[in-house]
Amino acid sequence: MIPSLPRPPWLRAATAAYLVAFLIFLFLPLVVIAVFAFNNAPYPAPPWRGFTLDWLFGNAALGRVGLFADTELLGSIWTSCIVAFWVTLLAALVGTSNAFLIERGRFRGKQALSVLMMAPLVIPGVILGISILAFASQVADFADNVFGLELDFLRPGLPLIVLGQFSYIATIATLTISARLQRFDRTLEEAALNLGASKAAVFRTILLPYLRPALLGSAAISFLMSFADFNTTLMLVGADTPLTVMMYARMHEGATPVLNAVSLFLMIASAALALTLLRRGGRRGKSPA
Amino acid sequence: MAETPLDTRWHGRLALGLLLAPALLWLGALIVLPHIDLAILSLRERVGPRHYVASLAQYKTFFEEPLYWHVFVRTALMSLIATFATLLLAFPIAWIIAKLARGRAGSLLFIVCLIPFWVSETVRTLGWMILLRESGVLPALLVKLGITAVPVELLYRDSTIMVGLVYTSLLFMVVPLVSSLESLDNSLIEAAYDLGAGGFSVLRTIVIPHAAPGITAGCIVVFMLTLGNYLTPTLLGGKNSQWFTEQIYTQFITRFNWEQGAAFGFLLLGLSTAMVVIGLKVSGQRFGEVMRRT
Repeated sequence: MIPSLPRPPWLRAATAAYLVAFLIFLFLPLVVIAVFAFNNAPYPAPPWRGFTLDWLFGNAALGRVGLFADTELLGSIWTSCIVAFWVTLLAALVGTSNAFLIERGRFRGKQALSVLMMAPLVIPGVILGISILAFASQVADFADNVFGLELDFLRPGLPLIVLGQFSYIATIATLTISARLQRFDRTLEEAALNLGASKAAVFRTILLPYLRPALLGSAAISFLMSFADFNTTLMLVGADTPLTVMMYARMHEGATPVLNAVSLFLMIASAALALTLLRRGGRRGKSPA
Repeated sequence: MAETPLDTRWHGRLALGLLLAPALLWLGALIVLPHIDLAILSLRERVGPRHYVASLAQYKTFFEEPLYWHVFVRTALMSLIATFATLLLAFPIAWIIAKLARGRAGSLLFIVCLIPFWVSETVRTLGWMILLRESGVLPALLVKLGITAVPVELLYRDSTIMVGLVYTSLLFMVVPLVSSLESLDNSLIEAAYDLGAGGFSVLRTIVIPHAAPGITAGCIVVFMLTLGNYLTPTLLGGKNSQWFTEQIYTQFITRFNWEQGAAFGFLLLGLSTAMVVIGLKVSGQRFGEVMRRT
């Protein structure tokens, strides 16, 4: 019931208890990860054996390979960053272009096209992955057989991972940017045009600054989603392994607390990104999706 | 220099073409064509080296091999249960955020609830594994409290998979629920209360009908994500997970049987799409609106 109505004491108590239990449920896995990143033991498990920074700074000489000495893990973070960079860039460009197409364009089939743009969000990531894998491989085979061309970027590997992730992250970028463009006051643009500004000048000096928050927001979301993507990436992975797939493989084998260390690093990085974004967005931007 | 109408029209066409190109390239090359290709793959059978014929053999195998359709049905049922459990768990929290918390406390609580979802599912699953495995935190705690004599293995059970799935889906339920509950006018609830309605009938006749769009949106997204999940069932369920996406992976990547994998993919896509369509029909909503909500 709402605050303006009388609530019996047991209901108040139950609500408070539920809230506490829910928050514990929500944060327990994250707290556990953070704690066991500093446990002085070869496996991330109780009991507590004292505090250590080995899982961050340890190296082979110490017998424990910490995060900053684990070249394989660091390499996969770098791989994920490269993939996320390209996905973010592509999604921002295509998302902006789509926003103008949907909000400004007038053409037949616009309704159908905008529904089709939403489709990638309801296709399971695994299926996006296998369909792109199969299609790209067949195109590559065709090019090889008919023209003798070796199109390596269509084989499993980083370019294909970028395309796979971009295929659905572009939808999210489109939604974010077009939501903002929709609220744009067109009289500003008309005034500028009346005063003799060229279309390019209007775009640069009025539309782009106006869209900036949406562009930054969608860039942050694209980057995070790309970094966190597992389903699509798993199907398209080649020689270079992004972080999520690397972590998955190690978790299967029963990993050392170095995975806790890398997770802690990810938590801090994404919390920092989230906070910056919330500060910029002020009271408005409280939802990441 | 003034532009003639013909010039303007030509410019308009050029601009439209330039804006259409990226959209068509994206949807055509990465969504439409790959799916058509996948459909063709699923409808053929290999009869010899580099020789294929059109056939329904892949779909026939699915129905004839009990393992395959058992896993399929199991995945669908568990996804349904997980969706329902997520709704039950998320609703009170959404209510607290939207209605009970005053002023900034509400938006602060909302942000706090979203924080865990800024990190990847891999990280969150690692946390659950450390908590639940035989040598993990909760079994040790149970022994300490004298509830069990020896540490019990809490991983690799169906209920574990369920906890993981619900946990991972919460965000996608809380966000649409909060936004639909926030738009509910408190005076309606007060009026019902003044007219003598109890808590349950207020919930049934006022709150749920009003929040229906948010509930549908959340359920559709959660069901779809759960159905297509790979990481949580395989890590928390281990060899017993029997999740359908795992079968797709096995066929496609491990066995290199693309025809079979494509058929499985289409079955999963079909189920997922059917649920989205049914959800929209039941609540009488349009696709675009639901997607905008989440």
